[in-house]
Amino acid sequence: MDTALSAVVGLFFAAAIYLMLSRHIIRVLLGVALFGNAVNVLIFTAGWVSSETPPIIPEGVDFLPGPTANPLPQALILTAIVISFSFFAFLLVLAYRAYQDLGTDDTDGMRIAEPKSEDLPPMGY
Amino acid sequence: MDLAAAIVTTPTAPADWLVIAPVVVPLLTGALLLTIRHHMRIHGVVALAGLALSAVCSALLLARVLAEGPIVMTMGRWLPPFGISFTADTLGALFALTASIAGIVCGLYSLHDIDMAGRRYGFYPFLMLMMAGVGGAFLTGDIFNLYVWFEVFVISSFGLLVVGDDESRIDGAVKYAILNLIATTLFLIATGYLYGVFGTLNMADLVGKITAAGPDAPMMTLATLYLVAFGMKAAAFPLNFWLPASYHTPRVVTSALFGGLLTKVGIYALLRVLVMIMPAERLVLAPLIGWAAAATMILGVVCALAQSDMRRMLGFVLISGIGVMLAGLAIGGVDGLSGAILYAIHSMLVTTALYLLAGLIGMQGGGFLLQRLSGLYDAAPMLAGAALLLAFAIAGLPPGSGLWPKVALVKASLDAGAGWLAAAILVSSLLTTIAFGRVFLLAFWRAKGEVEALEGTRRPPPLTFVALAILVLSSLAMGLYPEPFLGAARYAAAGLIEPSRYVEAVFPGGVR
Repeated sequence: MDTALSAVVGLFFAAAIYLMLSRHIIRVLLGVALFGNAVNVLIFTAGWVSSETPPIIPEGVDFLPGPTANPLPQALILTAIVISFSFFAFLLVLAYRAYQDLGTDDTDGMRIAEPKSEDLPPMGY
Repeated sequence: MDLAAAIVTTPTAPADWLVIAPVVVPLLTGALLLTIRHHMRIHGVVALAGLALSAVCSALLLARVLAEGPIVMTMGRWLPPFGISFTADTLGALFALTASIAGIVCGLYSLHDIDMAGRRYGFYPFLMLMMAGVGGAFLTGDIFNLYVWFEVFVISSFGLLVVGDDESRIDGAVKYAILNLIATTLFLIATGYLYGVFGTLNMADLVGKITAAGPDAPMMTLATLYLVAFGMKAAAFPLNFWLPASYHTPRVVTSALFGGLLTKVGIYALLRVLVMIMPAERLVLAPLIGWAAAATMILGVVCALAQSDMRRMLGFVLISGIGVMLAGLAIGGVDGLSGAILYAIHSMLVTTALYLLAGLIGMQGGGFLLQRLSGLYDAAPMLAGAALLLAFAIAGLPPGSGLWPKVALVKASLDAGAGWLAAAILVSSLLTTIAFGRVFLLAFWRAKGEVEALEGTRRPPPLTFVALAILVLSSLAMGLYPEPFLGAARYAAAGLIEPSRYVEAVFPGGVR
């Protein structure tokens, strides 16, 4: 199980990085979404996939009866999912707004903040 | 069943609640601001009160930490390492206090700079949320929690960045948002691996576990991932291209906040993780960090020389300063690290001040282009005085605050046998002097009428000048009377190198 998940993580990262290298914002964003999910699977795998028993202590006992699933990676992933989801939502709106304002989703064409030809400062006066 | 074995049974002493004050106060103020969103006129004043309260709490916290050592508060009554321990040591408290001072000054300046439209977009709630995120990052003792605070201040910085409607702002925000998101995701990747290897995320716990780890632990992979992730947040070469693309686009006060605080959180995280948690790996990475530092310093200031827009020039000067701090990280030892810490404090205050200065020059001169600015020395002599002092401070000339950290770093790098690093610090300082000398020559000394003057000049409101003056005076104080600052920085550096008091504070009975 761990080996298969590790391979999935690798594939996710490869695809995400390939997409993020694109000049088009929309592909970059798809890459970012995939990147976030790759990390979630990574944390899940790093926490050792061992047992499917939920980590709940039965009534009348003070300790876990046997091997159970590790709850911490799930808590971490839940936090990470919420964060990456909200970031992705923001980025989608931002990209759409950029497309409306700048008329392109090609990063090579987005040169308003850093114009291509800008005069050098005066060398003297 | 012995409850004391599982949960915290003694409540945290009331005075120790100070540890969370620099986070809770801005957070609550931000929430309060949202509830009074129909009373935009008082937004600024309420935010300023929150910032002031948070600064007072940070100052008290620093005083307590200096007197008694690290202070810990563990959340949810879970014993560490299971509960998240907020841990304030000298480094964290020092940075939190400096950040809140920069925050107050920006709050003062914003009263004038942020108009009703900006307030309606939610400038002040975003500002408070960002301050909470920055404070949390400086004070948390849990590395996943550090990631969460990173995300808190990053997402509120997105909000601040796009306040207002201007095409260049959207353009800058796209690049800033995507590259920062990638950097924090790299941070999360490293943290996921770290958890997989050690099964803990508590920094004090990690210190012991990593020291005890065998050669099989993939420590170099982890340290390098953290270096790349935090280096990107700190804008170290070659990972700095998001900064000059975006920092000049928002309102001046937003640039000042970003320039003063956000990159320094990256530096703080590098210090915390590489020096305190992974010291052996820092030693191996030191040559790489050193070269990156030299390249960041020199290339940053060379790019600054080529800019004609003052705000873009400041972005590159800021990057150059990051190189100086990285040089301290590369040298290591109490000398190098205390130089880096002192420079970070100086840089938080002076970078904020420089952006505010650019704002005042923009008001007084009508724009930011060096080709068109002239005659400001006649028009505003006080502004010229402030500009000169700040130019001295950022270039590392006396009586500015940049002198002493640079002296410490040059000496430390010579002692460590890294003459090239000392040379890089000195050359970058010389080039910074030239860059600011030119601003002074063109904008202040050039007589009015030699170039076609810009339209729309106006006298800056007194409050904005007061904000600038606070920072100029604190920089001057640091330059003229450096002893207490140097002492605190050395104390903070010693606490990072030898974290036994930090660990002892989190685990009073020793790590179990």
